[in-house]
Amino acid sequence: MDVYIIRKIKDKLTRVLICLALLTALIPLFTILGEVTLKGISSININFLTHSTPTVGEANGGVANAIQGTLITVGLASAIGVPIGIMSGIFLSEFSEHKLSLAVRFFNDVLNGFPSIVIGIFGYTLVVLSVGFSVIAAAFALSIIMIPIVTKTTEEALKLVPATIREAAIALGIPKWKTIVTVVLSGAKKGIATGSLLSLARIAGESAPVLITMGYWRWWFAGLDKPAANLALNIYIFAISPFEGWKALAWGSSLVLIVLILSINVAVRVFTREKYK
Amino acid sequence: MTPHFKTVLFTRKVIEFRRIFHKPLTGDNAFKILTATFASTIFLIIGLMVYELIEGSRLSIQKFGLEFLINSKWDPAISQVFGALPLILGTLVTSLIALLIGVPISIGVGLALSEYMPKRLGFAISFLVELLAAVPSVIYGLWGIFTLIPFLRNHVYPYLQAMFGFISLFSGPIYGGGVLTGGIILAIMIIPTISAVSRDVFSVVPDAQREAMIAIGATKWETSLTVMSYARSGVIGAIILGLGRAVGETMAITMVIGNKFQVLPTSLFDAWYTMAAIIANEFTEATYDLYVSALIEVGLVLFLVTLIINVLARLIVWRSLRLVRGIARE
Repeated sequence: MDVYIIRKIKDKLTRVLICLALLTALIPLFTILGEVTLKGISSININFLTHSTPTVGEANGGVANAIQGTLITVGLASAIGVPIGIMSGIFLSEFSEHKLSLAVRFFNDVLNGFPSIVIGIFGYTLVVLSVGFSVIAAAFALSIIMIPIVTKTTEEALKLVPATIREAAIALGIPKWKTIVTVVLSGAKKGIATGSLLSLARIAGESAPVLITMGYWRWWFAGLDKPAANLALNIYIFAISPFEGWKALAWGSSLVLIVLILSINVAVRVFTREKYK
Repeated sequence: MTPHFKTVLFTRKVIEFRRIFHKPLTGDNAFKILTATFASTIFLIIGLMVYELIEGSRLSIQKFGLEFLINSKWDPAISQVFGALPLILGTLVTSLIALLIGVPISIGVGLALSEYMPKRLGFAISFLVELLAAVPSVIYGLWGIFTLIPFLRNHVYPYLQAMFGFISLFSGPIYGGGVLTGGIILAIMIIPTISAVSRDVFSVVPDAQREAMIAIGATKWETSLTVMSYARSGVIGAIILGLGRAVGETMAITMVIGNKFQVLPTSLFDAWYTMAAIIANEFTEATYDLYVSALIEVGLVLFLVTLIINVLARLIVWRSLRLVRGIARE
């Protein structure tokens, strides 16, 4: 009887502990969201969205140049990273018996785990040393962060396309490559878009590799071989600056960035859940 | 006559050559080669990365050799001597603190999501946990500076010191930012990774294991223990994966650890430095080649550490997922 009670107590106790663990894990999310919304919303106004970074002591300034720079950099990175990722994903899913694919899959996972700052250094030695701190260098580094994510999600999305659809196409005498390009890809396009958007959301928030490959820039976009301003990097620069005005800008930038990133995440998750249920 | 004849001969040779050495270039083959080429860029990227990191740190490697790893002086201004030992220690210690705090919580979350929650609620909550992973590192840093540090400085650390102050780890002045704060923020950031992977390995444990436990009258916790021991190697893989994340984490840790280069901090409240943080802090300010080279060598060390950690973790997770799935299929 004693043993029974002790086991019961242990069970109840661990239940409480597990609930506590869940709560502790989620508290940061809610406090971050709350804090960023509260402090960010007060610094967002028309000036914030239409003006560029203020000089020290200047009253009305904003982050419009950073939004512009981020869009250009992320767009360029996607233009490099997404096609490579999708093609690699097609290879992994459609030629999974190929001897290369196991190694590709493995190194893809490994690359996914590399610190972004190391990828930033790679971008520095490969691009910055010849071009200089520039949008191109940053886009290159960010595209390398994208590739493993897009590859993996494309592979998963293609695997979800039922085999019967492929068989039907092949039975009609369509060659395998045409089947893949026309039938399989269009069946998985939502999944592929999801992966690409998720990787885009991820690199939009990266600041360490941007710091190393683009440097800090306060002005408007001036060309692909010149630096540009960046939202995520601005948060870092503004946060550690001693000026109150810049700190307010840091919170405002965070709100813009977090709304952008989390809405992409929420949207694609809701979107795909409906699809595969 | 002659040119015509020669053309025929040449065409024949080409055809013969192709028959012997090449498969016919059909659409399928071309497509396979095309996608394989794109997929192979991954080898190119990793190979180039290794080459560039070694090439970039050549100056520093030549000058300091292996001393770089055991030397604890970082003096770019006067003597131009660089040693990375404190950075390596700082990285490892903060990551270990992160694991100490983060692992129990993550395993709890993984268990809650796969064992304790009804399916639909579990879905919703794992969604929230995944959102936690999507928040950019720099926003964690901002939150760390303006919310976490004041909170810890005013409401947690004084009590910790009052209770455990007799241990030297908890003595000394309290700044707010420091080793422990760094560990805490890293813990928060690795919880999503570890809990997502451990949820996955828990949920592929075959139901027969749970049913057997329930049949002999086990409580939920005892059933969970069996599930955990069944998925042990997968959980270890998840933890190592989390360690990899913690070691490479840059912005958030840079913003809260205090960035002070010293061999050993006096207490958990003291400031320190990590490999990733020094690269982020000093890279754009490095004024001469040897300085840049030394920072790239720090990057090389970081690369090698995370490479080993990642390869290990991936192998363990892969093997355990395959093992568990294989048994489930039998």
